[in-house]
Amino acid sequence: MSKTAQTDDGSVILDVRNLVTHFPVRSGVVKAVDDVSFTLHRGKTLCIVGESGSGKSVTARSILQIVDAPGRIVSGEIILHREDGTTTDLAGLNPRGKAIRQVRGRDIAMIFQEPMSSLSPVHTVGEQIMEVLRLHLKMDKAQARTRCIELLGQVEIPKPAEAIDRYTFEFSGGMRQRVMIAMALACNPHILIADEPTTALDVTTQAEIIDLIRRLQNDHGMAVIFITHDMGVVAEIADDVLVMFRGKVMEHGPVDQIFHAPKDDYTRMLIGSVLKLEEKAEIRLKRPPLDTTVEPVMTVKNLSMHFGSNLAVNDVSLHVLPGETLGIVGESGSGKTTMGRCLLRVYQPTAGEISYRRADGSMVDLVRADEGLLKDCRKEIRMIFQDPVGSLNPRMTVSQIIGEPLLVNHLCMGQELEERVVDLMEQVGLNPDWRERYPHAFSGGQRQRIGIARAIALNPRVVVADEATSALDVSLRSQMLDLMMNLQDKLNLSYVFISHDIGVIRYMCDRVAVMYKGKVVETGTADQVCNAPEHPYTQALLSAIPRPDPRARSMHKRHRYKV
Amino acid sequence: MSEAVLGPIENKQLAVASQWQLVWWAFKRHHLAMAGLYITAFLYLIALAPGFFATNDPSAQNGRAAYHPPQSLHFIDTAADGSWTIKPYIHASVLKRDPQTLAAIFTEDTSKKIYLQFLGSGYEYELFGLFKTRLHLLAAENTTQPIFIFGADRLGRCVYSRIIQGAQISLSVGLVGVLLSLTLGILIGGVSGYYGGRIDFVAQRAIEFVLALPTIPIWLALAAALPHDWPAVLNYFMITLILSLTGWAQLARVVRGRFLSLRTEEFVMAARLDGASEGRIIFRHMLPSFASHIIASITLAIPAMILAETSLSFLGLGLQPPSISWGVLLREAQNIRSIATAPWLFIPGGAVVLAVVALNFLGDGLRDAADPYNK
Amino acid sequence: MLRFIAKRVLWMIPSLVVVSFLSFVLIQLPPGDYVTTYIATLAASNEVVDINTANELRARFGLDQPMIVQYWKWITGIVLHGDFGLSFEWQQPVSELIWERMALTLVLTFTTLLATWAIALPIGIFSAVQKYSVMDYIVTFLSFIGLAVPSFLLALVLMYIAAVHFGQDVGGLFSDRFMNEPWSFDKIVDMLGHLWIPVIILAVSGTASLIRVMRANLLDELSKPYVTTARAKGLSEFHLLMKYPVRIALNPFISTIAWLLPNLVSGSIIVAIVLSLPTAGPLLLQSLMSQDMYLAGAFVLLICALTLVGSLISDILLALADPRIRLE
Repeated sequence: MSKTAQTDDGSVILDVRNLVTHFPVRSGVVKAVDDVSFTLHRGKTLCIVGESGSGKSVTARSILQIVDAPGRIVSGEIILHREDGTTTDLAGLNPRGKAIRQVRGRDIAMIFQEPMSSLSPVHTVGEQIMEVLRLHLKMDKAQARTRCIELLGQVEIPKPAEAIDRYTFEFSGGMRQRVMIAMALACNPHILIADEPTTALDVTTQAEIIDLIRRLQNDHGMAVIFITHDMGVVAEIADDVLVMFRGKVMEHGPVDQIFHAPKDDYTRMLIGSVLKLEEKAEIRLKRPPLDTTVEPVMTVKNLSMHFGSNLAVNDVSLHVLPGETLGIVGESGSGKTTMGRCLLRVYQPTAGEISYRRADGSMVDLVRADEGLLKDCRKEIRMIFQDPVGSLNPRMTVSQIIGEPLLVNHLCMGQELEERVVDLMEQVGLNPDWRERYPHAFSGGQRQRIGIARAIALNPRVVVADEATSALDVSLRSQMLDLMMNLQDKLNLSYVFISHDIGVIRYMCDRVAVMYKGKVVETGTADQVCNAPEHPYTQALLSAIPRPDPRARSMHKRHRYKV
Repeated sequence: MSEAVLGPIENKQLAVASQWQLVWWAFKRHHLAMAGLYITAFLYLIALAPGFFATNDPSAQNGRAAYHPPQSLHFIDTAADGSWTIKPYIHASVLKRDPQTLAAIFTEDTSKKIYLQFLGSGYEYELFGLFKTRLHLLAAENTTQPIFIFGADRLGRCVYSRIIQGAQISLSVGLVGVLLSLTLGILIGGVSGYYGGRIDFVAQRAIEFVLALPTIPIWLALAAALPHDWPAVLNYFMITLILSLTGWAQLARVVRGRFLSLRTEEFVMAARLDGASEGRIIFRHMLPSFASHIIASITLAIPAMILAETSLSFLGLGLQPPSISWGVLLREAQNIRSIATAPWLFIPGGAVVLAVVALNFLGDGLRDAADPYNK
Repeated sequence: MLRFIAKRVLWMIPSLVVVSFLSFVLIQLPPGDYVTTYIATLAASNEVVDINTANELRARFGLDQPMIVQYWKWITGIVLHGDFGLSFEWQQPVSELIWERMALTLVLTFTTLLATWAIALPIGIFSAVQKYSVMDYIVTFLSFIGLAVPSFLLALVLMYIAAVHFGQDVGGLFSDRFMNEPWSFDKIVDMLGHLWIPVIILAVSGTASLIRVMRANLLDELSKPYVTTARAKGLSEFHLLMKYPVRIALNPFISTIAWLLPNLVSGSIIVAIVLSLPTAGPLLLQSLMSQDMYLAGAFVLLICALTLVGSLISDILLALADPRIRLE
């Protein structure tokens, strides 16, 4: 520890200069953090934002020297200014030494993305929180317990005196993140580093957690480093923003400047692709209005699906018009994915009917159709999956994957199949020369294109897309949606588009059904549901979504939905 | 995520690499596993044509050579004038008897050299059970002269040649036994994992039950039930069958686990929605995904079988002489008196350890390399 | 928790029934029965037994009845009266022959289990923490060798070394003077002096595989996010290692009892035969050879029951250690 003369007014609490963190790998070195500098001010919130692989998380972990092996800090300084005027260069400390351990959890605390796996499953939450108190504040057991109950109360965990003796798996995701926060706050740290703390949570839970962090920040005067990929969250909470791309800082400045006067091209692109999803797609604006007088291609009546005693889909009724995109929006556990899978009878619905109008006008009830008929209908109703990795067989080439539906339905083979695959790849914007490659050679966006090519291979009439863009970075999302809409125009497709992301729904869909706990609570045109929702749940859901505009912070005005 | 780890893939070769190519690349990096592969391949080569590698007829008894000690093999022949050539030879040995105890004492006569020949001609044997030949890797120039590289046993039989011959049975018991176990394991595990529900529950309990049983007492009881007068081939198959009766459970568990986890994979659901038949889903989409795991499990199950056969035969309840397996050979080392006079009777044990270590290294490396996509 | 134990104990019952039936079938498998063997033995010494005498013998032992009836007689005798039947060969009730040997088998197995754990745990932790170090490679290599050496071979080599180089006999569990003595404190001390040799021999392969299990478990756990959380709290490396990943890696380790025990019991039988220990092994082999069915059956039944109880205990311990199972 050394006392150095500081020229600033003392508001700087953390000063990171030219930080470089490397991961040695077999084929060389990955420069995860490459010459990153920034300052953090007392009581302020700095958001580090970037897409996957930008090095934002490694930057945060470098501060506490908890980068996973084999990563290590190569050079740079991380200067911590304490209130008593002393400073420490954290980058210079031994990562296993006592000095850095006294900073961890005491001066700087951290919370992580996955509250489930970030807490030990075999220790009670009390045990894990009290440990910090006993370690840094040298409390005895009784004191630590009292303080721990107090902390659990502060993070609004109901019945803290009982919760203290429970295990993490007995809590919901949001409650677990509260436990993490209580643990981080135990020693009143000056800095809280939050590494994507809300990414794994639903938007309404996210709003609660952000509220909580903000309130605690005001009470304790902490500085917060908040790592996220969600520009809405950034606009809602940041004082300053650091935009990262491939380990480098693209832009660093006050939040208003980043959103309203970005200087860097990458930042501009990032903000642009977020703002794009705030509006209706251009392609849709050019389309003639949908003919709503025709008969629906698919009508769902009173559909229910039980898993044991659990009612995942509860009495759902919907219809899909030819050429229409019907959005299904809801949070995790709303039953939207199950409902989508029932449409193709991946699951056998327990009640209700799905009437599908075939190309020749004949009607089929998919719930009761026999195997042969179902197989025929599945050629016309296809699916795009959420996970671009898991939904492609890693052991088959792209050409085999795309050709599989054509081959097994005996539609074409040999040279003809080859030509059709090339044609499909071109349609979805993939280089046909790559058809002998395996999925591992493709990026996430490219893999999703392979999935789309497979879906349209049979010239379907209805495509069920289950969270087709949620695994992709925001800059790729609108591209993927545009591709899907182009294909829709070309092939006259109807989409059932399942998503938790209201931005994607607004951009893409004609009509929206909102699902909550297995039920459809509201159906309407996309404009009506997104701008003037009627059901209190939809209102709460929409108001919890942070807008990507720091001048229009609205989360504090949100509604809460209570059953 | 994987993109960040793998980086942009520009390597053309990697882009078009199939599963087996990737497994092989991952496996090759594992040096011990590669060593295991070479040794295993070599041992199975010996098992394929033991006659070629043996020096003496493994069943030929030689009363004058009982407990003959190992003879050291020399490769460099130094002539009287100091010049040397590479020519393998052994020294002849002279039999004397202890005047008091009448025990045999073998001494080396360093003046007499018995020259050996690579690819020489020795006793007649059948190659692959098809045609007769006299070709041997190493044979004495004088075909009537026995060579005891690893010494001789109680009846004067060549321990080295018997180990070579024993490889055939010991190593094949492992292979055949595992194939039998695998058939049972895939059938039960596959049905259990594929259909799930009540069938799975019953199969699960059966697997757990078999795994909780101690194998040796059951093998012993089963093996003791075999009539002693059965022909050697039948006996061999019954012993192998007995070993696989308990060995299937482990494999069934592996197969079931893979099936269960694959059943919920999205690409399997995608194949079903593509219209692929059940058979195609299983064989085209699921089987390739766990074939590498199964091969690794099999490789790790073979050494257990080899050890089991060795143990049973050692106790006298497995294969019966005149069949030759490593376990049968180790029976000779059962009493303390014979191993005190002839410690070379332990050498078959060395062969067992070598084979088991090599197979374990191989299996371990395969298991690590089996899933090239989840790294 | 109590419900979990009760459920698990109830599950034991069908398993035990199957095991008992299996034991009985195994014993019935050999062609012929005790009387056939008996006659064969007599014939070898030039005595001739006529068919009437043979049938009389069969009737006396109930061998002429259907198998299921014989089984029922046998199992009810065991459960209700602790009567395992008569050993034909020894002309004694089986229950007089087996209990001491079973008790010694239990002592041997249990001691080996403890020894295996005590050796494997620290080495496995070390090997995982220092992964890819020179010591890790040495440990890995040695454990592969340990897995590959059959226990009877190890016993033989030890016997050879002791006999040739030290002129000692390492067989047996007791010194000669205690061999037929009643149990006393001195006898127990004497037994402990002999016990370590078979324990070490038996522990070798178990230790080797447990080291690999522990290493793999711990390596898995070490990369979990909760380790980073603990590190971010400011815990020292050793403290956090012991409190979190090691603690959690112990759970699957506990379940190793379930498969270690059957292996140990199997191994102990062969080793006991080689070292002529007064445990179940040698007598089981002998009774199987002479088709002394009630004796062999009693051993197979008890040994299998022992391992089933072992897996029951392992399940209960696991539930105690892991709240995820306990609170399910």
